[in-house]
Amino acid sequence: MDMFFSVLDATLRVSTPLVLAALAGLFSERSGIVDLALEGKMLAAAFASACVAYLAHSPWAGLGAGIAAGVLVALLHGGVSISYNGNQLISAVAINMMVSGVTPVLALAWFQQGGRTPTLDDSERFTALPMPFADAIEQSSALKLIFGHNILVYIAVAVIFVVSWVMYKSRFGLRLRAVGENPHAADAAGISVKSVRYIAQAISGALCGVAGTYLALAQTGAFIQDMTAGKGYLALAALIFGKWRPWAAVSGCLLFAFTDAIQIRLQGVELPLIGSIPDAFIQAIPYVLTVVLLAGLMGRAVAPKAIGIPFVKSR
Amino acid sequence: MSQPANLPRWAALWLMPVLNLLAALLVSGLVIALIGEDPIECLKLMINGAFGYPEGIGYTLFYTTSFIFTGLAVAAAFHAGLFNIGGEGQMYLAGLGVTLVCLQFGGLPAWLLIPLAMLAAMVFGAGWAFIPAYLQAKRGSHIVVTTIMFNFIASSLMTWLLVDKLRMPGSQTPATVEFAKSAWVPMLHELLAPLGFALPNTPLNATFFLALLALVLFYLAVWHSPQGFVTRTVGLNEKAARYAGIPVDKVVIAVMCVSGALAGLAAINELLGSTHRMNMGFTNGIGFVGIAVALMGRNHPVGILLSALLFGALTQGGLDLSFEKPAITREMIIFTQGLIILFCGALENLFQTPLSIALKRILKK
Repeated sequence: MDMFFSVLDATLRVSTPLVLAALAGLFSERSGIVDLALEGKMLAAAFASACVAYLAHSPWAGLGAGIAAGVLVALLHGGVSISYNGNQLISAVAINMMVSGVTPVLALAWFQQGGRTPTLDDSERFTALPMPFADAIEQSSALKLIFGHNILVYIAVAVIFVVSWVMYKSRFGLRLRAVGENPHAADAAGISVKSVRYIAQAISGALCGVAGTYLALAQTGAFIQDMTAGKGYLALAALIFGKWRPWAAVSGCLLFAFTDAIQIRLQGVELPLIGSIPDAFIQAIPYVLTVVLLAGLMGRAVAPKAIGIPFVKSR
Repeated sequence: MSQPANLPRWAALWLMPVLNLLAALLVSGLVIALIGEDPIECLKLMINGAFGYPEGIGYTLFYTTSFIFTGLAVAAAFHAGLFNIGGEGQMYLAGLGVTLVCLQFGGLPAWLLIPLAMLAAMVFGAGWAFIPAYLQAKRGSHIVVTTIMFNFIASSLMTWLLVDKLRMPGSQTPATVEFAKSAWVPMLHELLAPLGFALPNTPLNATFFLALLALVLFYLAVWHSPQGFVTRTVGLNEKAARYAGIPVDKVVIAVMCVSGALAGLAAINELLGSTHRMNMGFTNGIGFVGIAVALMGRNHPVGILLSALLFGALTQGGLDLSFEKPAITREMIIFTQGLIILFCGALENLFQTPLSIALKRILKK
């Protein structure tokens, strides 16, 4: 039983940044902008949050900086994609390389500790919240699963509800989806395609900002070179897995995080019938699943119609 | 990659990429200034590191060789309207093909073993590109996403193979045993020594000539063959191609296989030309640099040669620079590569309007 809860606990910890990034991608992609730049947005946020949290001795200042950095990178991607009608895929590939390159250079120049930032004190990080009725909780693994996380985990949970409400129940959500499916119709209805897409990018950047901050300030306690390690692409895979719908994308993130959590526990364990599975195979599961899903072998994933196509207002 | 209509051809082909490159270098220089180094001095050190002495030139051309192959790989797919972002994984898998051949048939003479290894590199590279291509053509799954996923899958697969299956017995590092001498592609300094040229000892090898040959063949195949015509038709307008009776699905799959095979040849330069064994992560981003090379070279062999040379120089000059200036690490080059991709690939027409206005004024006088 303890093992069961510890796997779930690990799942929750690993999935938090994935969920935030996948929801970030949801805004961007439902508005019609391909978001391969999730990786770069998160990494920039992780770097900025670690720097500012260290200098200002406050995790909240770090969170603010992380969000600002995420939004800044998102607006660069947005500027290229929305105002210059540039190729969104190429823009994202370029941005990911730029962020991956420039962050360790700046970290080295500013902190002289190799390509990383100094290790943060607990007071500069988001640590587990104090538990109410700590004694009672110590007894129960199930309660430990609910309490005793850092604040960003709870923020992420709240974000899921807010996002699914915004996406399906709010006026902005309706406009966002309209812009992503048929921008010309939306334009004819008097919606500004450009401003909706810019707002979607900014939201995407902000959510990636929280995700990156989580990696640096909650999970690791410093910025490390390329610390996102493909999580942006994994979040995108979860988004596709969830067929561009918020709750399904979140369950994709949970599934991927779960495979990650059991992978560590399956190392060298002999399973009945199959023997021990090399952990590289378990690592590859999310990527294989995404390919299978995209191939329409498990129900078809249909992308927003206008995705990737620059909007040129008809005259 | 539409050509700006109101610019003269020479300006669109030459001036714009140069302006985009300068913009990228300018931003890069600003970051160098931000961390307290002198950008002009760094540029001088880099140019000197890449071209200033024979050994530097050798290394520059060695890196250029790999970049020509991955650049051609991306360009081949671009001509069919496909963005093959999976060169990295295709090259990695090609390394597996090379390794298997070299370990299995190490006893064969060089004239047989090396072509066999090349064939294996091309087949394995093409094979890794085939699945995403098939899924794109037959099931409509987006090739960019699938090739990214295939990069990750390749990396997991190769980690497992190198750690568990192919690792040299008794060694801790995830690398294979050294290949037999007959699998080594001759180095240029060895080739030219009998002719009386004393070249410094660099990894530059005969694969360089293969890369030049590939450039020529690429030109002929794309612009002077029926297959090239069909490919470009699909790339320019898939619907029109379908209407004209071109089997678009087959073209997509075939072009992606060619693309994967080209990316695979980069593994020959690295494995048989230089390291003579396969290390974990030997691709080291070469597949991604191919994207930048193709975008900057506008998918044309001449452009690809020049931009591969530029990136080869950036890599070699950047390494030299990082010895001189410890603050400017290898990552600075990755940043610059990203900037070049951004300016040449996504913001390619940034300077179109100001440039066309300026040119009109100058040409009127």
